[in-house]
Amino acid sequence: MTYFIAKRLLQSVFVMLAVAFIAFSLFRFVGDPVSQMTGVETSLADQARLRAELGLDDPLLQQFYRFSNNLLQGEFGYSYRTRQPVGQMIVERIPATIELGVVALVISLLVGIPAGVYTALKPNSFFSQGLLLTTLVGVSVPTFVIGIMLIFLFGVQLGWLPTFGRGGTLNLGAWETSLLTVDGWKSLVLPALTLGVYQLTLTMRLVRAEMMEVMQSDYIRFATARGISYRRLHYRHGLSNTLVPVITIIGLQFGGVVAFSIVTESVFQWPGLGLLFLESIRFVDIPVMGVYLVLIALFFVVINLIVDLLYAVIDPRLRVQKAV
Amino acid sequence: MTNFWNSDSVWLFRHRPTAIIAAIVAVLIIGSAAAAPWIAIANPYDLSTFNLMDGLLPPLWQSGGQAQFVLGTDDQGRDMVSAILYGARLSLIIGLSAMAIAAVLGVGLGMSAGYFGGWLDTIVMRIADIQLALPAILTALLIDGIARGVLEQETHQSLRVVVLITAIALSLWVNFARTARASVLVERNKEYVQAAEMMGQHPVRIMSRHILPNILGPLLVIMTVDLASAILLEATLSFLGIGLPADSPSLGTLIRIGMQFLFSGEWWILWVPTLFLVMLVVAINLLGDFLREVFNPRLRR
Repeated sequence: MTYFIAKRLLQSVFVMLAVAFIAFSLFRFVGDPVSQMTGVETSLADQARLRAELGLDDPLLQQFYRFSNNLLQGEFGYSYRTRQPVGQMIVERIPATIELGVVALVISLLVGIPAGVYTALKPNSFFSQGLLLTTLVGVSVPTFVIGIMLIFLFGVQLGWLPTFGRGGTLNLGAWETSLLTVDGWKSLVLPALTLGVYQLTLTMRLVRAEMMEVMQSDYIRFATARGISYRRLHYRHGLSNTLVPVITIIGLQFGGVVAFSIVTESVFQWPGLGLLFLESIRFVDIPVMGVYLVLIALFFVVINLIVDLLYAVIDPRLRVQKAV
Repeated sequence: MTNFWNSDSVWLFRHRPTAIIAAIVAVLIIGSAAAAPWIAIANPYDLSTFNLMDGLLPPLWQSGGQAQFVLGTDDQGRDMVSAILYGARLSLIIGLSAMAIAAVLGVGLGMSAGYFGGWLDTIVMRIADIQLALPAILTALLIDGIARGVLEQETHQSLRVVVLITAIALSLWVNFARTARASVLVERNKEYVQAAEMMGQHPVRIMSRHILPNILGPLLVIMTVDLASAILLEATLSFLGIGLPADSPSLGTLIRIGMQFLFSGEWWILWVPTLFLVMLVVAINLLGDFLREVFNPRLRR
């Protein structure tokens, strides 16, 4: 077990180093950092001094070491576009994205799991068929089109909900939240739905497939023979045995939520990390791009690690088997 | 001919109405997009072929619609039918090229990794792992961002399509590589491969002439599914304003333009390209499902 954990940790560190190196190469080789930071009128002598100050003349490995060190200490450099510290820009944007992602995930679970159980237990009912047809649409229609459809229906035609921004927000220290005002919740509904639909269809299909498999197993047949009530049979014996794979997939899905939030945030002009990343690409703001990349990779690596470790705890066979 | 008609896959096709409908829709859209220069009444890239005076005309069946513009016009006076035909043409060209490059790259690397094993396998699969940690849309955005930084602005503008194809291809190759590697690992211990090795044939020849034809089935499924992903990825990038500009619109760009009219009532500028895109992607995905069923008989009911 210790060997397994050590190996996975080492792999994660390796992946993070690789990603940090990509971010470093971005900063170092895509465009010249000095000419980005200085204006046209800066003299050559000043440019050379800045170059030396930034340590751009040092050996590459030494520069990479310093770059990674700075990242570890939370010094992310300055944005080319706004001249603000990147760390501060990211901290300002994080709450919006996390609130959006968490609410989207909660929606997808609260609707996805019951819907999956229902369609598995009553596969031939009219309602099940309708739900399954809807998920087919959810998989094939791109996120941004779902966003546009929701805006059109609830924002334009019915006029019930706002279609852009976060609405009223409250400051809780460094955390700017929209979860404490009615206005904020109204603004959150459409983006969270947009982001949640894809995860919802995925959760529902997964729960349905697992549930159908479990319901055919011997111990369920035995439990039925014993005359256990259907409620207990379905939820205590059936659902709880499907949840293990479901939980792991959900962990991995959270990464997808972060990635798709780029699209959702763009459709709804939601002031989160994704919108910041998109702006940084449009303006070739390399420091912001690099830090976003490292942050997302860290996020994915940590989630993957937790999921793998959970698996090893749940399934003893994995502890001996070589990690693939 | 009767043999072909009664063959396993064709029989299955004839008995799957969804597959037939999907095939008809896909052939219609792809055919009309390919024939766009000959069947469209105007060229949306050529400013002289449209007239500002024709701007914002509704579709034919609404009052004020003109027979010439069946699905209406946008604010520039561009005919919507011509716009979506040319747009779909561009989306398909980018999607197909990106998918083809990803397939060649992924299958080549994946097969070599599976066949030779050792350090090549380790390196290719580690890169694949790292890339799999980042979703395709993020990779594509990043590659596009790098291209913007490296290339001069004018060069970047003229190379837009190439940059897009590269970005999409590099974010989709992993699927092919993993499938190809897994299939090769199964095939390489079979007798026909061992016989070819014994005869002293070159590894490249063994892979391309002996193994590849035997693992083509699953790869074909991935090609279909990835074509749909590539088209969606291009549409998403263009919608985000990272892809193609407004003067050479793909379907994604057209939807982006249409968004500006979301609140003002000119619904056709937005919904015509959106519906066209969704129909195309759903049709391709359904064909992918059908192919999966053909190559994996266990899925048949």
